[in-house]
Amino acid sequence: MNKLISLISGIIFGIGLVISQMINPEKVLGFLDLFGNWDPSLAFVMIGALIITSPMFHLIKKKEKPLFVDSFNYSKNKEINNKLIIGSVLFGAGWGLGGLCPGPAISSIALLNINSISFVVSMFFGFYLVKLFKLSS
Amino acid sequence: MNIVNFTPVTATLGGMIIGLAVVIFFLFNGRLVGISSIAANALTEKENKFDNLLFLLGLIIGPIIFSLFVNKDISITISNSFILLIFAGLLVGLGTRISGGCTSGHGISGIGRFSLRSIIATITFMIVGVLTVLIKNFI
Repeated sequence: MNKLISLISGIIFGIGLVISQMINPEKVLGFLDLFGNWDPSLAFVMIGALIITSPMFHLIKKKEKPLFVDSFNYSKNKEINNKLIIGSVLFGAGWGLGGLCPGPAISSIALLNINSISFVVSMFFGFYLVKLFKLSS
Repeated sequence: MNIVNFTPVTATLGGMIIGLAVVIFFLFNGRLVGISSIAANALTEKENKFDNLLFLLGLIIGPIIFSLFVNKDISITISNSFILLIFAGLLVGLGTRISGGCTSGHGISGIGRFSLRSIIATITFMIVGVLTVLIKNFI
């Protein structure tokens, strides 16, 4: 059953990206163009997501275990170090250049756009390099 | 600053749907959604590989299902050049794994549980994203 949940969560997430239009890089670049023609929509996407996740996380964490698996399994890393900052700077630069972050980039494979597929292939190469050289924070 | 193309209603609604997906994954499977982690681990790790691949498959077919349901094509605009996107993809791949998260992992799951680490990461990549667009517009 947990396999089905993984698929369903992905589908719902993908639908959210389409409805919020975050699948469109122009919308994301509009948000980052704060000092030009600014489109504040992305901030509302985050607010919409957080008003659901933050109270629900709080309630779910009180449960002994999740419904379909034996234990909760998520990062409790609290370390604020150079890798956190350097990684975020590199990500921010790539995000600002392309207007794509991992979720929308992968979702947009569905649109068979050669540019976004190339972005995804290159992104996966980046994931692989971090694993290969053990750079992860 | 001019405010343009602002779509607060669909943005908030879409955000709530994204939040719902994250909550379902946490409630049933005990994991927090971070797309960069799911995607990278699907590539390099054995643990939860099938779950990760199914989530990614869902992420790709979600828009297709939606577009069939509303009987409307999804249009996106990518004005950047191919070479720039290859470079941007590499930066996103490296950066998200070095910092341990992206817009979903740090921005939604991390901030959702009030993780200071994720708040700092999100503020950092947003500021750098804004500066990158500012510089790009100057060139």
